[in-house]
Amino acid sequence: MDLKDLYRDVIVDHNRNPRNFGRLEPSDVHADGHNPLCGDRLTMYVKLDGERIGDVRFEGAGCAISVASASMLTEAVKGKTLSEVHALFEDMHALLTQQDANVDTTKLGKLAALSGVREFPARVKCASLCWHTLNAALDTRAGAAPAPVSTE
Amino acid sequence: MNAHVAPRPGKPFDVDAIRRDFTILHQDINGKPLVYLDNAASSQRPRAVIDAISRYYERDHANVHRGVHTLSQRATDAYEGARDVVRRFINARDTKEIVYVRGTTEAVNLVAQCFVRPNVGPGDEILITALEHHANIVPWQMVCEQTGARLRVIPITQAGEVEFAAFEKLISPRTKMLALAHISNALGTIVPVEKFIAVARRHGVPVLLDGAQAVPHSQVDVQALGCDFYCFSGHKMLGPTGIGILYGRQALLDAMPPWQGGGDMILTVSFEKSTYNQLPWKFEAGTPNISGAIGLAAAINYLTEIGMDRIAEYEHELLVDATQKLSALPGLRIIGTAPQKAAVVSFVLDGIHPHDIGTILDTEGVAIRTGHHCAMPVMDFFKVPATARASMAFYNTFDEIDRLVAALERTRSVLG
Repeated sequence: MDLKDLYRDVIVDHNRNPRNFGRLEPSDVHADGHNPLCGDRLTMYVKLDGERIGDVRFEGAGCAISVASASMLTEAVKGKTLSEVHALFEDMHALLTQQDANVDTTKLGKLAALSGVREFPARVKCASLCWHTLNAALDTRAGAAPAPVSTE
Repeated sequence: MNAHVAPRPGKPFDVDAIRRDFTILHQDINGKPLVYLDNAASSQRPRAVIDAISRYYERDHANVHRGVHTLSQRATDAYEGARDVVRRFINARDTKEIVYVRGTTEAVNLVAQCFVRPNVGPGDEILITALEHHANIVPWQMVCEQTGARLRVIPITQAGEVEFAAFEKLISPRTKMLALAHISNALGTIVPVEKFIAVARRHGVPVLLDGAQAVPHSQVDVQALGCDFYCFSGHKMLGPTGIGILYGRQALLDAMPPWQGGGDMILTVSFEKSTYNQLPWKFEAGTPNISGAIGLAAAINYLTEIGMDRIAEYEHELLVDATQKLSALPGLRIIGTAPQKAAVVSFVLDGIHPHDIGTILDTEGVAIRTGHHCAMPVMDFFKVPATARASMAFYNTFDEIDRLVAALERTRSVLG
């Protein structure tokens, strides 16, 4: 277990300087995510542009892994279609949870830096919280009230 | 408690000898010697406890209170003998007042459901404090939902002390129960429970103490305290998991309905009516945790041999050392600064989430707890999502505190 596999430079950087941080006004959908085990809390805001993510921001507080993961998520999904986002979610889920994940990491860009998380089972939920929260936000776009997300 | 401990004559506190009794401490974690500082969550077990359990299963096991054969008698003797060891340890009057349960959580639930629930209704109040563990909050909330009673919370100060003056204002003829921690698991505060009990007595309010953090680290005397119920867990005091104790005053336990129904808690059963067993078995339905009780007694014997006052004294030295060294780290803030504390140091580091601290410390072989410590309202009060918590036991050393400090410096360099 090497610490540098988990806290790669890009992760430390995104934790120190999270991108797209803060409330998005106005937004089309949003959802709250909470990881009760460690106290991570974040809110994802999305502005839709048809079937694409027009803009996305997040706010909240959490550990370095959850903040960096959310920050990198916002960069990765902005401008993507909803089906592309869904595919990315599936890839990230596999990357974070499966030792032999069959994921083309070149497609993931910076997000691939999170692959070290799977060596630290207690931290997987930190990295996946923002993805579950984004999904929850997108699931509300029919107009239903957003349900809080918990990784527990 | 233990504010003025007279040094015991005899041999000095030999922590190296004590550590030899704890096999688990002698291993590498991630290539570094283990430093176990998560004792408030669960302590480790000395060989004497593990051997007592093995011996029981290898030589003496059978069901208790049932057979006329030799093994059943041996098992019964060991199980009931353990009850007397517990009774003496906390100075209860009678073994009838010592009920085996799964742990502190079950003990609080038992009192909530069997003692408080039948006796409260709308307009009544149950009083707890703002530093309680979830196990001393949720069972009362459940009773309130069931009965219409109201839960009132005594506030705490920024130092993490229970506000006594606020308590005196909150207690009233509506108060039907006072439940409070003897020592806070999240902050380490030693609550001056004697003062609270004295006031409760004057109002005729029964008192339950959550002693999960107190019994492992100090001498507890339930008669001197004058509480009505006292709850603690085996696994935080060198004993097995899944065994704990509810102490209750005999008159109260006698008047309470049983907790669960089944074998062993009855005298006679017919389809028309069953009669319940005497104390304490009335509350012990089903085949009990026999090996757990035996392991708990072995743990108590081990602690007693060292001496609770010496344990408290040594742990206090560890607390002073840890507090001083951690306070010296830039950006470190200790959460919980009551003048009277057990050897628990909860803290946050500027700009670094406790969860990251826990992971990085683990790679250095240092085990601490990070999170809300089953005390979310305490975290809310101090406006932190979580804390890192180092909790010491008498088998920890000053060198280990240095290892903790070095690992925190490394955390800073990784994430700083």
